Amino acid sequence: MLAFLTRRLLQIIPTIIIVSMLIFGLQQLLPGDPALIMAGEERDPQVLAEIRHQYRLDEPVPVQYVYWIKGVMSGNLGESMRLKASVGALVREKLPVTLQLATMALIIALGIGIPAGIVSAVKKETAWDYAANLFALWGLSTPNFWLGILLIFLFSVTLGWLPASGYVQMSENWKQSLATSIMPAFVLGNALAAVLMRHTRSAMLQAMGADYVRTARAKGLEESRVVLKHALRNAMTPVITLLALDFGTLLSGAVLTEQIFSIPGFGKLIVDSVFNRDYAVVQGVVLVTSSLYIMLNLLADIAYVLVNPRLRG
Amino acid sequence: MATTATELHEENPWARAWRRLKRRKGAMAALVVVVLLIAIAILAPWVAPYDPTKTSFGAVRKAPTWAHWFGTDEVGRDVLSRVIFGARASLSAGLVSVSIAVGAGVPLGLLAGYAGGWVDAVLSRIVDAMLAIPFLILAIALSAFLGPSLSNAMIAIGVTATPVFVRLTRGQTLGAKVEDYVEAARAVGNPHWRIALRHVLPNIVPPLLVQASLAIAGAIIAEAALSFLGLGQQPPAPSWGSMLNSAQRFIAQAPWMAFWPGFAIFFAVLSFNLLGDGLRDALDPRHK
Repeated sequence: MLAFLTRRLLQIIPTIIIVSMLIFGLQQLLPGDPALIMAGEERDPQVLAEIRHQYRLDEPVPVQYVYWIKGVMSGNLGESMRLKASVGALVREKLPVTLQLATMALIIALGIGIPAGIVSAVKKETAWDYAANLFALWGLSTPNFWLGILLIFLFSVTLGWLPASGYVQMSENWKQSLATSIMPAFVLGNALAAVLMRHTRSAMLQAMGADYVRTARAKGLEESRVVLKHALRNAMTPVITLLALDFGTLLSGAVLTEQIFSIPGFGKLIVDSVFNRDYAVVQGVVLVTSSLYIMLNLLADIAYVLVNPRLRG
Repeated sequence: MATTATELHEENPWARAWRRLKRRKGAMAALVVVVLLIAIAILAPWVAPYDPTKTSFGAVRKAPTWAHWFGTDEVGRDVLSRVIFGARASLSAGLVSVSIAVGAGVPLGLLAGYAGGWVDAVLSRIVDAMLAIPFLILAIALSAFLGPSLSNAMIAIGVTATPVFVRLTRGQTLGAKVEDYVEAARAVGNPHWRIALRHVLPNIVPPLLVQASLAIAGAIIAEAALSFLGLGQQPPAPSWGSMLNSAQRFIAQAPWMAFWPGFAIFFAVLSFNLLGDGLRDALDPRHK
């Protein structure tokens, strides 16, 4: 286990370094002189020279990278030019909002995707299976920003049941919080539910064909016990691991969902920063999301080994 | 996938795949829809009833009528014509960005898988790093830094989709490299580039084809998402994503503005997904 952990940790170090290089390299794509962009209306050569010196734009690119990564490692992700706040503070403020939304979406996705996957595997090639597969295709093919707009039309405009936008913290007023976040969470969870259904279906089909399931049936166990205790337990391991890989889908989806429902989270922060040319924030947000994703994958790998004694080696 | 000599005499593998694909009703329906969508996109100027950018302030936000089947938008443009012309942006984004991803990803994957050693190690780490950044977030960041336009969105989506093709090609190449026919080609003294291009590549095409079809579906959604955010197709040129953006503001007064472009995205993406699933079943007999 220790050898595995060390190997896995050593593997993510180059990945994180390359991610940081890619993110830093993004600003090299900017057309024109970044100093001119930062200066805004100002065209005084002395001011420009000062900006270049202050942001070390007069140094070679690799040197600039070293300064930047040193800052990042000491917790300094840079400054937002628009909001006049540190990127780190913005991330700390916005991340919990997105995480709350993502958690609710995950609960909805698990609640729909796993039962649908089980039913479709157990009732293979029946109307149930076809319905579950249709649901999965619908979930994978529906753009979530369209689904969001349709739900707003139905539940906010036509029926008037739910607010069309806004965000209330759980700790402030949980009823209001639920009312504002149920639609966005469903929109975000919908695609993931489809993916989960497909994963669960194929893992269950595999488990149902395994010898231990045949043994359980031969012992005369009830079918529901065979499915839920024997097959499902074994089928869930790969599904939970794959879930970590789908975390990226949730974060990508959150960008659009937050935009539609005006939720002041991570996704809205990156889009607003893009339009205000607040590049330090864009870089900071991308760096934080990818680091989160890498860590989550590491945890999933460890969990996978922990529940699979054969892999411990 | 090794094919024995007797099987080869019996039936060409592509003919067999086509026969299998034809049996799948969903995939065949999807293929017909894809061909229809491409035809509509190409023939847009002849099929669309109106000029998609022509405004008419006498017909602002009109509900669907016989004159305007899908209604009109906030400046009186015909929604049907805009949906028809929008197919051009979406389909070309799908095809161009996936071509970029295949064009860059397949050679790099072949190189990594075939050469091995440090080349493979370096390429694989870069791929890992790119895959660690969530797809849409990388595409948004790239198109933000490149500047908002449809062509930059296509480049951003293409670059973002590349690592998947590198990884898939690399894995398939590693498998094909140790097959007997590659060993034989090496034994008779073929140069490496010839073995990679003439012996390995043709044998790994099926999984690449499946991935390409699914990647087109992903690229169409990504283009719509970028245009929805204002980072893709710029107004007044029509795109399904940017139409949804303006429709959102008028959802209470003109819901038809939101319904049709979204339905078009759904329909196109569904078709490519179904086609990809069908191709996978038809090309890979192990996959059920």
